Amino acid sequence: MNFIESFRVAVRALLANKVRSTLTMLGVIIGVSAVILLVAIGAGVQGQVTSTIQGLGSNVLFVFPGVINSGGGGGGGGFGGGTGAKPFSLVDQQTLQRQLGGVDAVVPLETAQVTAKYLAHSVLSQANGSTDQGQSVVSATIGGGRFFNASEDDAGARVCLIGYTVKTQLFSNGQDPTNEPVTINGQRFTVIGWYQKVGGSLGGDQDNVIRMPITTLQNLTGNPNVSIILVKVTDSSQIDFVRSQIKRILSPSYGDQITVFSQDQTLGIFNQLLGTLTIMLAGIAGISLLVGGIGIMNIMLVSVSERTREIGIRKAVGARTYDILSQFVIEAVLLSVSGGIIGIMLGALGALSLSSVVPTQITWWAVLVAFFFSAGVGVFFGVYPAWRASRLDPIEALRYE
Amino acid sequence: MPSPVSEDDLNAANASDATGAPSAGPRAVLQLVDVTKTYALEGVDVHALAGVTLDVHDGEMLSIMGPSGSGKSTLMHIIGLLDHPTTGVVRVEGEDVSGMTPNQLAAVRNKRIGFVFQAFNLLARTGALANVELPLVYAGVSGSERVRRAREALERVELGDRLHHTPSQLSGGQQQRVAIARALVTDPSIVLADEPTGNLDSRSGIEVMELLQQLNAAGITVVIVTHDANVARHAQRIVELRDGEIVRDEQVADRLDAAAEMVQLGMNTVSRPANVVDGAGVAGGAAS
Repeated sequence: MNFIESFRVAVRALLANKVRSTLTMLGVIIGVSAVILLVAIGAGVQGQVTSTIQGLGSNVLFVFPGVINSGGGGGGGGFGGGTGAKPFSLVDQQTLQRQLGGVDAVVPLETAQVTAKYLAHSVLSQANGSTDQGQSVVSATIGGGRFFNASEDDAGARVCLIGYTVKTQLFSNGQDPTNEPVTINGQRFTVIGWYQKVGGSLGGDQDNVIRMPITTLQNLTGNPNVSIILVKVTDSSQIDFVRSQIKRILSPSYGDQITVFSQDQTLGIFNQLLGTLTIMLAGIAGISLLVGGIGIMNIMLVSVSERTREIGIRKAVGARTYDILSQFVIEAVLLSVSGGIIGIMLGALGALSLSSVVPTQITWWAVLVAFFFSAGVGVFFGVYPAWRASRLDPIEALRYE
Repeated sequence: MPSPVSEDDLNAANASDATGAPSAGPRAVLQLVDVTKTYALEGVDVHALAGVTLDVHDGEMLSIMGPSGSGKSTLMHIIGLLDHPTTGVVRVEGEDVSGMTPNQLAAVRNKRIGFVFQAFNLLARTGALANVELPLVYAGVSGSERVRRAREALERVELGDRLHHTPSQLSGGQQQRVAIARALVTDPSIVLADEPTGNLDSRSGIEVMELLQQLNAAGITVVIVTHDANVARHAQRIVELRDGEIVRDEQVADRLDAAAEMVQLGMNTVSRPANVVDGAGVAGGAAS
């Protein structure tokens, strides 16, 4: 019997047992798609945060409330007490603004996930709230319109600038969004400017951003806190001096409970934290993969008594060991590979459709690991019992209960 | 399509036994010499066969009888090359099969032996035609030829109108007829039937016996294993086993003719055209 004939026999056997075939494929599909989806979410969030920090420009110091252990020292890392620390407010920013020398700008920053709508179009984006000096710490250049001014900031005016991605998602090609009304989290805003394309870095999208006055954002979210204060230093050789000045000025209110990072340090700490998030999601995904694998194993092993008799029948009428093995290998490979391909498609489709709610980014190693693990489990547990049965005397296989 | 491996296996089998041809008399299509089979059951040796010597002649219809536990099924499995004897020699058409590899044995089963089991042993959820095609698939017969021969075999057992019915859509008698079609589709020299009527009602049983008698009349050697004396009397010769030994081996004086029984029961026997099975018309005459 040649390969084509073995293939036909395998396909015929698969079609004759549609329920069993479907259940086996389902295990592979669930395992593969879960891994792809979860890892895509982890990587997507990480990419978005990274690009946000990079988008703030260089020569900038990041001032956080609380003590954050830098990961650069090796070991440990992550936020140490950052969550429980007393948060900054706009008052702290104003204090720094008044007292710091040798700086171009002191910008408070608060961010929130928002949904922006224009007519029938909608996009999930990140809103960045800052003062009117915010543009000085943004690397993107304004393509049209203007940044908001101090009086708009003071008044909490509902005005915003939109990044290139937001512009292309909401507005048709060539349309000038300036002065158009958009709805952000249900509130009506006026677009006063838009940014040119920055381009993604590390896979994140720096263009999917909406900038507005920080008072406006605080009103929108009802949260009066300031996450970070950014300090743009005039002369980069003065960075260390400015750093110590910041600590001195804020110490009456915060003691030593503040952290000042350069852009590189900030990136490092966020990447470490979000890397942990990705690993955690991958762990959850790994468990679903394992469960999927056990499902595949079960259905393959459970069907073995029926299949052992089938092997006995086939051997009785003249099948050789090779005929039996090739049939079962082809069956298992067909099921596992087609299940894996469907799983990849479903996972990718899920990641794409979720991207309007959560940032997602499909990671190739996750696709490969999920596919080969599921397919491997399917093939092994499809072939191993068949291999054992194919070595029995036909009569023992026929008698198997 | 050709099946070089199977042919090679057969040729190798031929070469391995150039001198072991059986002696005179009617040609023995099957020959067992002092065959024993011992199972180890929980540390105790059980002698299922305690030295059986038996010739099955070409064209013969033979019943192997005995109560359960007499070793008759074991004997059938050894004759059919489904199981290995512990000691002794088995020759199929003069060839000693003891030295054969599992694949060579598979080739012999495929080409020379057809099986009919008590439990039918058809592939579940698979149509009658595909079930009958199965031995031809492993014989390397090409697709269209396979379908033609399988259809012919099913017509021969009067199931030409049930080609795509799966076993669960067929009655027990019909399933056994599919199994018979599968047994004869490769044109074997021997058909082995293990309690072929065991799972059937009496009418279906008689139909199956009538088919087996037809096959025999067409020149195929038929060996039936049964515990039922009535079923056994459809053969020309009865061998009785008890405790793994042959205690009786005699010709049947009053052989039963299944076709005649069917007439007596008012069953329809004329639906089968005489030309479907060669010699079917003289099946009754051959009985006495």
